[in-house]
Amino acid sequence: MTTATKSLKSRHSEFADSYFQLQVISSTAQNGHAHLQFEKKLEESGLYPLRPQKLEIFQINLGKMCNQVCKHCHVDAGPDRKEIMTRETMEQCLIAIRQSGAHTVDLTGGAPEMNPDFRWFVKEISKLGVEKIIVRCNLTIILANKKYHDLPDFFKEHGIEVVSSLPFYNSTRTDAQRGDGVFEKSIQALKMLNQVGYGAEASGLVLNLVYNPSGAFLPPSQSTLEAEYKKRLESHFGIRFNSLFTITNLPISRFLEYLMETGNYSDYMDKLIQAFNPVAAANVMCRNTISVGWDGYIYDCDFNQMLDLKVNHPLQHIADFGKKDIQDRDIIVNQHCYGCTAGAGSSCGGATA
Amino acid sequence: MKTYYNPEDLKKFSNVGEFEPNLAKKFFDYYGDVFKDGALTAREKSLIALAVAHTVQCPYCIDAYTVDTLEKGCDEAQLMEAVHVAVAIRGGASLVHSVQMMNKVKEVAM
Repeated sequence: MTTATKSLKSRHSEFADSYFQLQVISSTAQNGHAHLQFEKKLEESGLYPLRPQKLEIFQINLGKMCNQVCKHCHVDAGPDRKEIMTRETMEQCLIAIRQSGAHTVDLTGGAPEMNPDFRWFVKEISKLGVEKIIVRCNLTIILANKKYHDLPDFFKEHGIEVVSSLPFYNSTRTDAQRGDGVFEKSIQALKMLNQVGYGAEASGLVLNLVYNPSGAFLPPSQSTLEAEYKKRLESHFGIRFNSLFTITNLPISRFLEYLMETGNYSDYMDKLIQAFNPVAAANVMCRNTISVGWDGYIYDCDFNQMLDLKVNHPLQHIADFGKKDIQDRDIIVNQHCYGCTAGAGSSCGGATA
Repeated sequence: MKTYYNPEDLKKFSNVGEFEPNLAKKFFDYYGDVFKDGALTAREKSLIALAVAHTVQCPYCIDAYTVDTLEKGCDEAQLMEAVHVAVAIRGGASLVHSVQMMNKVKEVAM
């Protein structure tokens, strides 16, 4: 993969347009290949229409602003993206979290830490008494500016579970996907997290890493790769972490651009479809998670959010949460959903089957 | 364009059962079992397959096992080292025959 330097939006790429992306992926035939509709696959498994189960995870995207421009980013995040959540929307989220009964709040971005109200928001969520607060930290943000250097202490103070992308245990693959020098900075940041106790069994401070393929192929077995990561990171850098999540790249946004530009799209879709796993389909994260965008709109998942597919429900904004049961809806699916149902499955928490 | 090796044909591999289904089924069942985790891991077997693919110079197998090794979590250095194992054995197999050449030289030459 070559490294992107600007977001699709600032490059005025047609892939920045969610409607264009949906046209590309909804087209069931590419280069003479027929791609079976995802709805049909779900029907065969008795899962269509896909319905939510108990709401457990409240995932909130604090904005598209990021210090990195990763080649595969489904958010199309970067330094040139200015869309971030306001404190007013965060206040609406706090009310909704309390009403929802969700046990986990999952904060993502962009780099969520770049939102000026990030620390205030974390402190307020802490007061709600949820079981778990996750921050999806890209690691390099900790070193990006002096004001972020104390993030490991801040995370520790609030018992945050840190989930961080490290697409490989070497610099070649990591930098190809996330930018030159990212691996080295990520290693430094991981050491800083380890220093305050993250990743140590007895500390209770959880540090999980995320692998996603740096190319048009599926992830390896999660448990096998976790063992390899642990061995390599410990022996080469003395780094400890808790679990590795393997995540499949979905064919949207920058990864879709990559697939189309390299001629890999059709074969990649074939691969995802052939690897469809009904068990993974039954366990997709959109059944127990809702995703809130930076502007307060509600989506079935982070991917639907980036495709601007708001929930199929009369109340679509977080300000209206609780007025009507959000779980009483059909989940919106499309061809990109094959990414979550391939092989061992994929979710923000890794494999699902 | 007509070509002896068409990448699209790899996807049709399972169609070989069309002319002889029983033997094809036995082969694919056996093939599936061979690559399961066993005394060797599926990852180790995939790297062996990649090396052998280069030895038998099968374009389909090279494509298939390049992707398969990546999907088993291998990196570029591991893939290339596996190929060099094949190269070393293949080259060594030629070179070791030079002993026979040397024997013959010593037999016939003063």
